[in-house]
Amino acid sequence: MNFRQVDDTSPSVNALEIKGVSKAFGRFPALKDVSLQARDKEFLALLGPSGSGKTTLLRVLAGLEQPDTGEVRFAGEDFLALPVRRRKVGMVFQHYALFRHMTVAQNIAFGLTVRKRSEKPARSEIADRVAHLLQLVQLEGLEKRFPSQLSGGQRQRVALARALAIEPKMLLLDEPFGALDAQVRRELRRWLRELHDRAGVTTVFVTHDQEEALDLADRVAILKDGELIQLGTPNEVYEHPATPFVFDFLGQACRMPGVVERGRLRVADWESDAPTGAPDGAVDVYFRPDEVTFAPADGAGLAAQVRGVAQRGPDVRIDCLIEGETVELQAHGPTLPPGVTTGLSVRIKPLRPQVYAAG
Amino acid sequence: MTPIIRLPGLAPLMLAATLAILGVLIVLPLGVVFQQAFAKGFAAYLEPLTQPDALSAIRLTLTVAAISVPLNAVFGVAAAWAVARFEFKGKSLLVTFIDLPFSMSPVVSGLVWVLLFGAQGWFGPWLQEHDVKIIFATSGLVLATVLVTLPFVARELIPLMQDQGADEEAAALTLGAGGFTTFWRVTLPNIKWALLYGVLLCNARAMGEFGAVSVVSGSVRGLTTTLPLHVEVLYNDYEFVGAFAAASILACLGLVTLVIKTLLEWRHSGELSAGRRH
Repeated sequence: MNFRQVDDTSPSVNALEIKGVSKAFGRFPALKDVSLQARDKEFLALLGPSGSGKTTLLRVLAGLEQPDTGEVRFAGEDFLALPVRRRKVGMVFQHYALFRHMTVAQNIAFGLTVRKRSEKPARSEIADRVAHLLQLVQLEGLEKRFPSQLSGGQRQRVALARALAIEPKMLLLDEPFGALDAQVRRELRRWLRELHDRAGVTTVFVTHDQEEALDLADRVAILKDGELIQLGTPNEVYEHPATPFVFDFLGQACRMPGVVERGRLRVADWESDAPTGAPDGAVDVYFRPDEVTFAPADGAGLAAQVRGVAQRGPDVRIDCLIEGETVELQAHGPTLPPGVTTGLSVRIKPLRPQVYAAG
Repeated sequence: MTPIIRLPGLAPLMLAATLAILGVLIVLPLGVVFQQAFAKGFAAYLEPLTQPDALSAIRLTLTVAAISVPLNAVFGVAAAWAVARFEFKGKSLLVTFIDLPFSMSPVVSGLVWVLLFGAQGWFGPWLQEHDVKIIFATSGLVLATVLVTLPFVARELIPLMQDQGADEEAAALTLGAGGFTTFWRVTLPNIKWALLYGVLLCNARAMGEFGAVSVVSGSVRGLTTTLPLHVEVLYNDYEFVGAFAAASILACLGLVTLVIKTLLEWRHSGELSAGRRH
């Protein structure tokens, strides 16, 4: 069996190196001193809300924007000194940007046909490559269609085939699933990951959907207001979010005030060992609404009063009153303890609380 | 589909009014032009058109259009490109300037050239010294026509190019295409029908322009009279058949333009910004 694995022990071969990149549009700073690396053949996600600078960073990598300061190297080569057309990056645009007056086959062949005469493959070779790519993206038989005659998912695959046709050193994807409906999205996600593994390229993709980033990427770079907040594997960033923002952004969050003293964390009437590295003094305690255990009222944990229990498909939503504040918790239906019903007092223990200095 | 709302009793009234107005203001005059032109038979119609003056007027009209329309096509593409693809200070001012010939009387468009290049104008003495003739010459007619027809192509392309965005061009660049390749293979094909549409309107106006041209022309028969000016000259000389024969040529040019324009709108409405505006 072949499981995907991030090989952290190998001497890290950084394919892509971004150092201190800043870019402002007029007075608006889109990127502030961003530094990050992507390993060879890595699938890196740039995740952030709109306006976080993730698309700007992608366009800097493509050469469509020039940063004000900073350095971008790919395989040791100074990327910023290269014009767009010489970077050999395959870019898939958010709205695909297919050439509307060209057929699917012409779109895919474009990158080959615009080459200098000395480097241009023979016509038959181009046709073979197009046929191969059509097969790769499972669009055989559609080569004569125009982009307007394709569905959203098909267009996206044509855009991908077109980008792969130039045998790019790096694949850049700008919100590749943004314009698709939920079901197509999930199917294409897996397929895209397989394609990346088979093509053996370094891929950088931009998304605002944390689920997508965590599901697809080898590592996730989280950006906010033009700054890199955290870079790590999906598990690292999910389990140890560097800031409250990251915690909030990667999933649902419950927040409570607390105090850390001598290695102990106190939240209301509940005390436990503080997580390692927790700051002393007043803190904000964050936990996921589904990462809690319920105990009887005389057990350990936060005293809570159950105000309502609502079954939503496989999930159960439990509205609790803790310290005078309503907190929405989640549980999986079959594993919900029987004692948790409306009106009861229970104890709640967050399983993996994260602690940040109170801000 | 846009739902159709009928206001009871009003529809037939509107339709009748429209037809009546169209009939009186368009169909009737057009009919009169041809009726007058053919009043004394086909031979009499052809005769004034074969006069050297008439032939030279036709030739001049075509020459002026053949020079000014390509100039404005190039200008229109460049201006639309600049406006749609770049952010710069004074952009709205530029767009306003492009529109100026639409809002300005054509007489002014002619007069500015007289003020610049006429015998009493700023550059007049210098031009005379070097024996360059602009006013009362073909170059003057071209200048006046270019100015009057300046907005047609640009106006047609700007909304379309803004709508299409620059992503396809960016994609072409990332795929290894150079600037010129991208322009020829991506930009131009995307705007070709709108460009043709703009050129068509520009051409119709260039051949029919009267006001601006009459100021710089001096109406030297056989030398600087374009067709519209030729019509006026003949009419003022009471040569009605000749005047209407020349006018009928202009009317035919207009009708041909209309047919091509309608065909374009019918086949390629999606790629014309005009189709979206209405």
